[in-house]
Amino acid sequence: MTQPLLSIKNLTIDYIGEETDFRAVDNVSFDVAAGEIFGLAGESGCGKSTIAFAISRLHKPPALIRSGQILLEGRDVLDLDIQALRSFRWREVAMVFQSAMNSLNPVLRVEAQFYDVLRTHQGMNRKQARERTAEMLRLVDIQPDRMGDYPHQFSGGMRQRIVIAICLALNPKIVVMDEPTTALDVVVQREILQRVNELRKRLGFSVLFITHDLGLMVQVCDRIGIMLEGKLVEQNTAQAIYGAPQHDYTKKLWASFPSLHGAKTAEGFAS
Amino acid sequence: MSTSSQPILKLDRVSKTFGSVPYIVKAAQAVSFELHPGRTLALVGESGSGKTTCARLVMREYQPNEGELIFKGKPVQTGDAKALAGYRRSVQMIFQDPFSSLNPAHTIAYHLRRPLQLHQRNLKGKEIDAKINELLERVKLDPAIVAPKHPHELSGGQRQRVNIARTLAVGAEIIVADEPTSMLDVSVRLGVLNLLNEMKRDLRLALLYITHDIATARYVAEDIIVMYAGQIVEWGNINKVIDNPQHPYTKLLLSAVPDPEIRFDDPKAHLQAADVDEVRRISAVPDARSICIDKDHFIRQVG
Repeated sequence: MTQPLLSIKNLTIDYIGEETDFRAVDNVSFDVAAGEIFGLAGESGCGKSTIAFAISRLHKPPALIRSGQILLEGRDVLDLDIQALRSFRWREVAMVFQSAMNSLNPVLRVEAQFYDVLRTHQGMNRKQARERTAEMLRLVDIQPDRMGDYPHQFSGGMRQRIVIAICLALNPKIVVMDEPTTALDVVVQREILQRVNELRKRLGFSVLFITHDLGLMVQVCDRIGIMLEGKLVEQNTAQAIYGAPQHDYTKKLWASFPSLHGAKTAEGFAS
Repeated sequence: MSTSSQPILKLDRVSKTFGSVPYIVKAAQAVSFELHPGRTLALVGESGSGKTTCARLVMREYQPNEGELIFKGKPVQTGDAKALAGYRRSVQMIFQDPFSSLNPAHTIAYHLRRPLQLHQRNLKGKEIDAKINELLERVKLDPAIVAPKHPHELSGGQRQRVNIARTLAVGAEIIVADEPTSMLDVSVRLGVLNLLNEMKRDLRLALLYITHDIATARYVAEDIIVMYAGQIVEWGNINKVIDNPQHPYTKLLLSAVPDPEIRFDDPKAHLQAADVDEVRRISAVPDARSICIDKDHFIRQVG
C-alpha cells in the first residue's frame, strides 16, 4: 500500500478551561489517500471542525493539541515553524470554511481577492494573476469577465464556487471542506459537489469533507469516519457505512434522517 | 387541499411585488392555498422561490398587492384593529434560528408568562404559573429545571421547544414554522418534528411548514406545495407529489436530494448545467393554467 497523503495519528486536542479541560478530540487516527474524498460526520460539538482547523494549525487558544501527529506526506505539520507554516497553508492545505460564501471580502473585487493569494504565495504580477483567475473561474463555470465584480453581485452558490476556485488556485494537495454547502439549497449543492468531484479527478487533490448530512456524505465520499464526543467511533468505506453500519451511534444517526421514499423513518432518536 | 373540512385560513390569488418597474420582483404570484385544522401543509422551494414571502403574507407582515386572505370564512380586514389583534393571536410563528428568537435577558418562564398575561386575561396569579408548567410539560421539558433558566443555558432543540410553547401560550390555531429544524442537530430534529406532529393531532392546529428539506416535509406534512420564482408549480397530496412528480422543477428538486443509493460517479446522478438552466427558465414563466394529475395532485402548465 502506498503512503497516505494525510495521516492523523493519535490526535488529542483539549480546550483549556479555568478549572477543567474539555477534551474535544480524543486519540483520533485516520488516513486520507491521494485523490481520495474522506468524510468526517458527526453532530455539532463532536470535534470534527476542531480537527479541520488543527490540520492547517489554525486552531486558536484555548484549543491545545496535547499529543499526536498530523503528517502530510510524512512531514509533521505540528513541527513547522512560522515561516514554513506560511508557505504550507493554502499551498498544501486549503480550506473552505463553513458558510464560506460569506468569507469573501465584500469591498474588494473578486479579481483582487485572487490576486492577494497569488501574489503572496507565488509572487505573481497583476497580469499573470488575471490569467490564472480567468482559468480558475472557468473551472467552476463562472464567466471570467465577471472577475471585476464584487461578491454581492453573485448568488450564494456562485460565491461558494468562487471560494472553491480561490482554494484551488495554488494547486493544494488537500482541500478541507467544513460543511461547504450547508447553507445552500439542494440543486445548487448538487451542482457544486459534482463539480468538486470532477475537479478532484482531473487535478488529483484529496478532500477532507465535513458535514452532518450522512446521505450526502455517502454519495460524495470514498471513505467515512463517524465521530462521537471527540472519538472516532467507526471508520469504513462509504458503502459499508451505509449498508452495514457497525457502531450503535452510526445506526442511530441513520435512523434520525427521515427518508424520501419508503417508511418514513426507523426507530431512532425519536422521543 | 382535498379535505371536506372548512379551511381555517385561505389565501386567494395573493400576489406580492417589491420595487417598481423596471426592477420589479414578483415574490409571490397569484398564490392560493388553504390551511386546515389538524393538517400540515409543507411549502418547499429553493432560496428566493418566495416561500418566506408567503409566510410573511400569512403573518400579515406584508400586505398583499393583490388577492386576499380569508380567515375562518371572513376576509382579514386591515382597518379593524380588534379583528386584526385576534388574527395575530391565532397565527403564530416559529423561526428558523432558535439562538436569536428568544430574549437572552429573560428567563424561560418570563417568555411564557408575558403572552399568557397579555392574551389570556382570565388567568390570575397562580393559574399563570400552573399554565406555564403545563405548557412546558406539553413540549416535554421539565418545568422545575427549565422555567428559571435563561435561553443561553438551553440547547437549540430545547429552545425550539420553548418557542413552540410560546406559540401555544398566545393561543395559536395556526403555526407558521419557517425551517424550524434546519439549525438543529440531526439527532434532535426528529424530536421537534414529532412534537409538531403530536400537537397538530392533539390540539387540531393548522401548520404551515416551510422548508427546503423535502424529506422532513414528508415526515410532518399531508400536503405539499412546491414553489419556484414566486409561483406554485406543483401541489397536492405529499406522497403523490414525491412519488410521482410531474412538473420539471419538482423532478429536478427531487433528483438533487441526497440519496445514499446513488453515488456521484454514477452518470445517472449527473445533473447537466444546461438542463438545470432550461428547467429554471421554463419554470419561471408565469402561466395561470393548471393541469389536474389526480383528484388531489395538480401542476402548473409549462411551455
